[in-house]
Amino acid sequence: MEGEAPRLLDLIPKDRDWVGKGVCKVKNGIEEKLELRLGLPGEENEKEEKQSAKSAFSLSFSENVSKRTFLGSVVTNEGKGTERKASGAPPVAHGTRTINSSIANNSSQTRTSNAPVVGWPPIRSFRKNLASSSNSKSPLETRDGGPVNGNKADSNKKGCFVKINMDGIPIGRKIDLQAYGDYDELSSAVDQLFRGLLAAQRDPLVNEKSGGENNQGIKGLLDGSGEYTLVYEDEEGDRVLVGDVPWKMFISTAKRLRVLKTSDLSVSSINTVSRKRAATEC
Amino acid sequence: MREEISDMSEDDETGERARWAPDLSKNRSDDSDSGPGPPIGDSPPPFSDQVLENVLENVLEFLTSRRDRNAASAVCRSWYRAEAQTRRELFIGNCYAVAPHRAVERFQSIKSVVLKGKPRFADFNLVPFGWGAQFEPWVKSFGAAYQHLERICLKRMSVTDKDLTIIAESFPLFKDLTLICCEGFSTLGLAVIAERCRHLRVLDLIEDYLEDEDDEVVDWISRFPETTTSLESLVFDCVTCPFNFDALERLVARSPSLQRLRVNHHVALEQLRRLMARAPQLTHLGTGTFRSEVGFGEVDPNLDLVSAFGASRSLVCLSGFREIEPEFLPAIYPVCANLTSLNFSFANLTAEELNPVIRQCHNLQTFWVLDSVGDEGLRAVAESCRDLRELRVFPLDPTEDSDSSVSDIGLQFISEGCRKLRSILYFCQRMTNAAVVAMSKNCPDLVVFRLCIMGRHLPDRITGEPMDAGFRAIVMNCKKLTRLSVSGLLTDKAFEYIGCYGKLIRTLSVAFAGDSDGGLRYVLEGCTRLQKLEIRDSPFGDASLISGLPFYYNMRFLWMSSCNLSMRGCKEVARNKPNLVVEVIRDVVEEEEEEIEAVEKLYLYRSLAGARTDVPAFVKIL
Repeated sequence: MEGEAPRLLDLIPKDRDWVGKGVCKVKNGIEEKLELRLGLPGEENEKEEKQSAKSAFSLSFSENVSKRTFLGSVVTNEGKGTERKASGAPPVAHGTRTINSSIANNSSQTRTSNAPVVGWPPIRSFRKNLASSSNSKSPLETRDGGPVNGNKADSNKKGCFVKINMDGIPIGRKIDLQAYGDYDELSSAVDQLFRGLLAAQRDPLVNEKSGGENNQGIKGLLDGSGEYTLVYEDEEGDRVLVGDVPWKMFISTAKRLRVLKTSDLSVSSINTVSRKRAATEC
Repeated sequence: MREEISDMSEDDETGERARWAPDLSKNRSDDSDSGPGPPIGDSPPPFSDQVLENVLENVLEFLTSRRDRNAASAVCRSWYRAEAQTRRELFIGNCYAVAPHRAVERFQSIKSVVLKGKPRFADFNLVPFGWGAQFEPWVKSFGAAYQHLERICLKRMSVTDKDLTIIAESFPLFKDLTLICCEGFSTLGLAVIAERCRHLRVLDLIEDYLEDEDDEVVDWISRFPETTTSLESLVFDCVTCPFNFDALERLVARSPSLQRLRVNHHVALEQLRRLMARAPQLTHLGTGTFRSEVGFGEVDPNLDLVSAFGASRSLVCLSGFREIEPEFLPAIYPVCANLTSLNFSFANLTAEELNPVIRQCHNLQTFWVLDSVGDEGLRAVAESCRDLRELRVFPLDPTEDSDSSVSDIGLQFISEGCRKLRSILYFCQRMTNAAVVAMSKNCPDLVVFRLCIMGRHLPDRITGEPMDAGFRAIVMNCKKLTRLSVSGLLTDKAFEYIGCYGKLIRTLSVAFAGDSDGGLRYVLEGCTRLQKLEIRDSPFGDASLISGLPFYYNMRFLWMSSCNLSMRGCKEVARNKPNLVVEVIRDVVEEEEEEIEAVEKLYLYRSLAGARTDVPAFVKIL
C-alpha cells in the first residue's frame, strides 16, 4: 500500500499551486471546491484548467461527482448526476483492489496538496503554533488575526488581515492586504470601504449603501493630494506613509492602517524614511 | 477546565421538543411565546385559585431543571404564569431563536442568563467575520428589565466594550460574568467591569479573542477596588495583553474567597510562587507559563516552588503550563495525588517527562494533553488514572501530515485502562477499526466520542477498510452516547448505523464523509433526539436536505458547508417551514450581483423571531 504511493505522486503535476497563481482574491469557495476534487490524478488536470475559467460555484453539480467516484475509483466521471447512490458504484467496503487504489489516491491527494483546507483539522487558532512557541522562551505569539474570519486560511501565509480606521469614523474595518496586488488596488479598496460610511457621516440622511451621485470617491490617498492620506503602523508602532516601501515588504510589515486627514499630518509624526525591516508574518 | 465548560456543549435536554411541539403545530399569526399563552379577555382567577397559584409558585421555586420547568409551563395557564414568575435562570441556546423582548416579557424575575450565539464551526474560521450574534440588543433588554440579574454566561457571542459597560451600569447585584469563545471586547471593557461591579465573584474569560489595540491596552487588573473583594474565580489566560503583576498580587492578597485563578502567559514561575503564597486556599490554578524568568536573580526558584505547591493542600485542578521547562515539573508532585483535573494541552512533553507526574495522579478524572507524549505516554495514563472520565488529546502540529505519535495503539491502551471513561476527544493521524471497537466495548459509559483522524478520508491503517465498523460499534455498544464526531474514510453505511443505533445522539459532527444523499437521510430519519447537526465537505445534496423537513423543528440547528446544496433545495425548505430561518452564507465577496445557484454554506435554525434584521451583506435569508 505504501509502496504504491510514490508512483501515483509522480503522476500528479508539481505545479498545482493554483492558490498562489497571482489570483490574489483568494476565495475560500474556490479553494475548497478545488481542494476537494478527489478523482483520479489524470482527471485533476483537465478539471483545473476548466475551473479556473468558471466561477467556483458552478462546480457543484458536475464536478462534485468526482468526489464520490474516488470511492469506487474504477468508475470514471460519468457526467452530471446530483443523486448517485454509492451502491451503484462498485462496493467500496469490500474490494481490496478498489480500496488500495483509492487509498493511494487519497494519500497522494492529501499528502501533496499544498493548500491547507480552511478549518481543518478542527483546532481553534490559539492551539496552533504550539510547536514553535513552546520551544522558545519568548511569550506566546498573538493569535492569527480574527479567528472568526472565514476568509483567513489556516496557514499564516494566506490572508493578512489588518485593521483600518478612518479619521472621524468610529467604526473600523478589516482588510486583507494579500488580496491586493499593488498600492493602487489597495487605495481603491479603501475608497470603496469608506466612501459610503463617510457620506453617511457627513449627511446622516444618506444611506450607507445608496447615494451614488452624492458620493465622491476618496482620492489622492497615496500622494498627499487628497483630503485624506493613507498611513500604516508597523510592528514597532511607527507610523509610516503608505507607498514608501516595495509592496511585498509593505504587506509583511504593516500591522494596521489608518486613513488620516491630510491636514492633520505633521512632518514629525510621520516617518517618511523607509527603513529595512525584517519580514515577519502578519 | 471547569466541569461547566463541557456541560455547556452537552446542555440540550429532550424537554426542548416538548416545549416546541405545542407551539408550532398551530399556525399562529400572533407573536406569542413558546407554550400556551394567556387568552385575551380572561377574567382574573377567583380568590382560591390565587391562593393555589401562590402555593404553586412557592413549590416551583425549587424546580431548577430547564426541562422540568418547560414541562410545567405547558400544563395550563396558571402553571404557565407561576412558572414564568419563578424561573430564575434563562437559557437560550440560539440567540436568534427568540427576540430579546419576548424573553423579557415572559420571564420577569431572571437572575441568571446563558446565551449562545454563533454555530460551533465559527471556531474554525468557517463563519465570516461580522456574521452576527451581537450581545447588544440582549444587554439592552436585560438592562431595562432585570434589576436583579446576577449572572451572565455567553458563548460565541460578539460582545463590545459598550456592552460590558451597560452590564456594569445596569445590574447593581452583578456577580458572575463568564465569556466563552467570545470576541469584540478589549481590556477597556474589562476595566469597567472590574471597577464598577462591586459584588463581582466570578470573572471567567475562556478562549475569548480580545481586540488588542497595542496602544490602547488598559491595565484592568489595577482597576479592581482597593478593598477586600468577593472574588471567587478569576480566569484570564486568553487575555494576551500584559498586565501589572504587582497589582494582581495585591488583588489576590485581598481576595480571601478566591478559589480559582488562571493567569496568562505573562506570568513566570517566580511570580507564580508569589501568587500561590498569597492564596494557599486555591482549588483551581492556571499557571500561565511554566518556565523560569531568565536572570531573575532569585536563589533556586524550584525549592520555593515545591514548598508553594506543598502548601496548596486544596488544589484539585492544574492548567496552564505553556512554554514548559520540564525540569520544574517535580514541583507539582505534592499535589498530584489530589488532582482531579490536569490540563497539559499546552505543554510539549515527551512520554518520559509525563511519566513521573502521571504515575502519581491516581485520582485524575479529567486529563487534557498534547500528542507529543505519544502512545507510550497514553499507556502511562491508562495504567495510572483508573478513574479517568474525560480525556482530550490535542495535536502539537495540527496539520494533515504531521508526525503525530498517537495512534490506535494509544487508544487501545486507554480503553483498557480507563474503563469509566465518559468523554473523549482524540486527534490522531491514523486509526484502526479494532481500536475503536475495543473502546466501545471497554468503555460502555461513553457519552461523548469525538475522533478526529486528521488526514481526510483515511481508512483503517491496517485493513484498509473504511472506518464504518468502528463507529458502528460505538453507536451500538455505548448506549448513553449523546455526542459524536466522526472522521476517516466513511461510507453511507456508517450513517446507516448511526441512524439505526444512535438514538440518544443530540450533537453530531460530520466532515469529509459519506457517499450520497442516503447517508444524511439515515441520520435525519434515525436519530430522533438530534438537536445539533454540523456537516462540512460531504456529498449530501438537496434531496437529503429536503428529506429532513419533518425533523428540523425538533432541532436547534443544521449547518452544512461545502456540500452539494443548491438554492433550489434551500428555498424549498424555507418555503415549507415558515418557522425556520434559512441562512445562505457566502464568503465575503463584493462584486457578484447575480445569484449563484450553488450554496456554499447553509445554516438553518428554528426561530420564533423570524428573519433577523442584523444580517450582513454576505448572508441571505431565504
